[in-house]
Amino acid sequence: MSTPNQSGWKPGTPATPTDAGDQGTITGNRGLMLEEPLLFELGTRETCGVDLPVPSGAASARLGGLERDGGIGLPGLSEPETVRHYTRLSRQNYAIDLGIFPLGSCTMKHNPRLNEKVARLPGFADLHPLQPEATIQGALGVIAELGEWLLRLTNMAGVAMSPKAGAHGELCGILCIRAALEARGDAREVILVPDSAHGTNPATAAFANYRVESIPGTVDGRVDVAAFKARLGPDVAAVMITNPNTCGLFERDMKEISDAVHAAGAFVYCDGANFNAIVGKVRPGDLGIDAMHINLHKTFSTPHGGGGPGSGPVVLSEALAPFAPLPFVVQTADGYRLVEEEGAADQGGAQAFGRMSAFHGQMGMFTRALAYILSHGADGLRQVAEDAVLAANYVLRSLDDVLDAPFGAYGPCMHEALFSDKGFGEGLSTIDVAKALIDEGFHPMTMYFPLVVHGAMLVEPTECESKATLDQFIIALRGIAERALAGDAQLAQAPLYAPRRRLDETLAARKPRLVFQD
Amino acid sequence: MRYLPLTEADRAAMLARIGAPTVDALFVDVPESARLSGPVEGLPGHAGELAVERHMTRLATRNTSAGSVPFFLGAGAYRHHIPATVDHLIQRGEFLTAYTPYQPEIAQGTLQMLFEFQTQVARLLGCDVANASMYDGSTACWEAVAMAARITKRKKAILASGLHPHYVSTVQTMARFTGDTLVYAPPALTAEPDSEALIGQIDGETSCVVVQYPDILGRIGDLSALADAAHAAGALLVAVVTEPVALGAIRSPGAMGADIVVGEGQSLGVGLQFGGPYLGLFATRDKYVRQMPGRLAGETQDAAGRRGFVLTLSTREQHIRREKATSNICTNSGLCALAFSIHMTLLGEKGLRALAAENHRLACLAADRLAQVPGVRVINTAFFNEFAIAIDGDARSVVRALASKDVLAGVSLGRLYPDRPELAAGLLVAVTETVSEEDIEALAKGLEEALV
Repeated sequence: MSTPNQSGWKPGTPATPTDAGDQGTITGNRGLMLEEPLLFELGTRETCGVDLPVPSGAASARLGGLERDGGIGLPGLSEPETVRHYTRLSRQNYAIDLGIFPLGSCTMKHNPRLNEKVARLPGFADLHPLQPEATIQGALGVIAELGEWLLRLTNMAGVAMSPKAGAHGELCGILCIRAALEARGDAREVILVPDSAHGTNPATAAFANYRVESIPGTVDGRVDVAAFKARLGPDVAAVMITNPNTCGLFERDMKEISDAVHAAGAFVYCDGANFNAIVGKVRPGDLGIDAMHINLHKTFSTPHGGGGPGSGPVVLSEALAPFAPLPFVVQTADGYRLVEEEGAADQGGAQAFGRMSAFHGQMGMFTRALAYILSHGADGLRQVAEDAVLAANYVLRSLDDVLDAPFGAYGPCMHEALFSDKGFGEGLSTIDVAKALIDEGFHPMTMYFPLVVHGAMLVEPTECESKATLDQFIIALRGIAERALAGDAQLAQAPLYAPRRRLDETLAARKPRLVFQD
Repeated sequence: MRYLPLTEADRAAMLARIGAPTVDALFVDVPESARLSGPVEGLPGHAGELAVERHMTRLATRNTSAGSVPFFLGAGAYRHHIPATVDHLIQRGEFLTAYTPYQPEIAQGTLQMLFEFQTQVARLLGCDVANASMYDGSTACWEAVAMAARITKRKKAILASGLHPHYVSTVQTMARFTGDTLVYAPPALTAEPDSEALIGQIDGETSCVVVQYPDILGRIGDLSALADAAHAAGALLVAVVTEPVALGAIRSPGAMGADIVVGEGQSLGVGLQFGGPYLGLFATRDKYVRQMPGRLAGETQDAAGRRGFVLTLSTREQHIRREKATSNICTNSGLCALAFSIHMTLLGEKGLRALAAENHRLACLAADRLAQVPGVRVINTAFFNEFAIAIDGDARSVVRALASKDVLAGVSLGRLYPDRPELAAGLLVAVTETVSEEDIEALAKGLEEALV
């Protein structure tokens, strides 16, 4: 069943030696780092790793003549083979459990295992979303309690819990704004988005059928308030701002911007991806924000799992709260009630703009986030923001003599430190520094984002790294930066010691191979 | 606060390096008037592991977990047995605590897994390609409607009456803002879906027909004629699968001509989880791949000529195309996809077929037994593991009555269609391998008592 890939290489083939003295191996394995074939090269259609009843012929009596014929092409592995396959794959991954993950604007922090334990309690994990209310009081209690924390930490009036990720939360917030404008018969068409915004912001606005206009930034990495005010008018529905922004800076004129937006009859959407920098220190509601999503997986440390799932509840101002989508939870004398379509109008849902998805949101993330929040408490969450900001400024000031920090002269950063590739030797760029960090045992920082800085390197250490870890990281990055400044061409070869050398992304896009072909 | 490693001495040394007198000095850009002087008032302080665990356990015990009682709920979320190996493997830190594989050289575990997942999903749904997963089935359904509009440059979607009402609401919500026109009417309590009527609604303005398979009442019908009719009018057929285990027993939508197949993958590996996180499946034909939303893992090679995997075709995505992106989605359900893939690997084709056969056998048993209960009428002629029954009266009160006797009887249509009194008599009963014959008997007895 084994099929070579386009290069002809397959597991079990000696790899090209990576450095002097490396003879390669017979198997392609390197010590404990084992090559792993694809499941489709390992399994067979006759192998099954679970014990199931042997199907009886009579069972297909009522399938309407649609019985499957022919094979599906799904190989199976025995239980021990399955364990090895996935364990071996797992060893080719970097993860926060292995070390610092300094991805700016992505926020990777320690994932406490208590959170995993509580999320797996049968009373949460083994619960159907459509069970009768009397049988889910504890689950509704989790949603209500977490919602209450989010409201108090942000000083907002309402919360929509159902959005399934940050970008889904953005959409929820923009739809609340659209619904509020429609309710007053105001058909506005434009959303203003600073050019430093996450790409999801303009995509979200466009998806909600708004025209997106970009607002430039200033030399000190913030929104140009004058340009922004000049553009406000009766056609502007909302402005989407990230605060702290993607340059790692606090938009210090936020209140002035909010006041101007409100005076123009529009709303302020805040991308709350970076809420971890200010939680417990500043309440977004006090800055005049009308809607903000909170990435539970970032600020409240639910695991990223290799890219998801996320969870993006949206907090809403007084003006927008009535338009929050269904379903939501209310407390009555008899306990918690889940407000869905039935009777929604009588329970505060008359203006709800609809439903973002089936069921009630990412319950498995709510339990984890609540456990994290309760563990920290109000005092701990404030400490989280302080330590995150402290760590980022420590990195900034420990490296700004070797790496260009475009906004370093304008004061402290928030939770992330931004550098550029200015001064690097011929042919070297941010990607070379990033890949060299891999060889040193670190996950690279965010590269080439934000777009407003050339060759951007955005480092977010978070609050969960010890000073010793930060110092190790700083030593490694400093050494690599010095090599880049000196034009060390060897950097372009990195990584040499990872499970893979640099991968050809152009080839992958030009000739997409997205599924295994027998 | 055991999650925070810095000591006071560390903090002092770090401030000294920065040249700041206090941590508060680092918040200088926050206007004084908005800066809180201490922890947010009215909220408790930090708590130890024991206290938090006790609090969460107390909340958990106020719920009736599905496994503790005879349990028959489905309607888009199904309770299946998940082998212990699945949860063990997804809890490996290198999977659980990894980020999006933006650095492929040190993320081959996640990327190879996603490539395998995509292949499994494409084959199961009968399509050429699948993506690396979406939020859930309902949002994947919306994305399919949006994708069909992009491909056909038309804005009218026909939603079959058998589409899950929450999926309908999700699409309706989005369409209200995007200007898509939707054609939809709720289902009737009939043995088979009315595909003739559906075909009759297709016209030259139609972007797609969205049909669920099996549908919300558990009914299954051949999609081929519908696909032909849609294609003849230049429209696409979007099929929605909320119970992927069914495809171990019945023909795949792709094989019957569906152009886009989306689904809810929760049944395999993920668990009920009170509605989320779930796993959106999304598959289509090769020719539409550049219009497909979401992440994709693709095969390539490294500088040493070895096979490797990367995230690819990102030129469709929001971080490059911004307001012109195919979707604003910027994540997937990676860990849920892993759980699905492991469960599917353990089953293999042989196991999936056996699992599906057992589901169907037990569902047939349950349908036959419930048909003997006075006052119960089984609606479906064909079904997989879920069917609808009609009773005399409102099924919502029967569900509540049985819940008070610790039988979770199913999902009442009144719950799903509160503004449709003609459906109030309907009850959806789902039967998976986790249901025993004693459970079926308990449901039958409970209904007998409730319907007297």
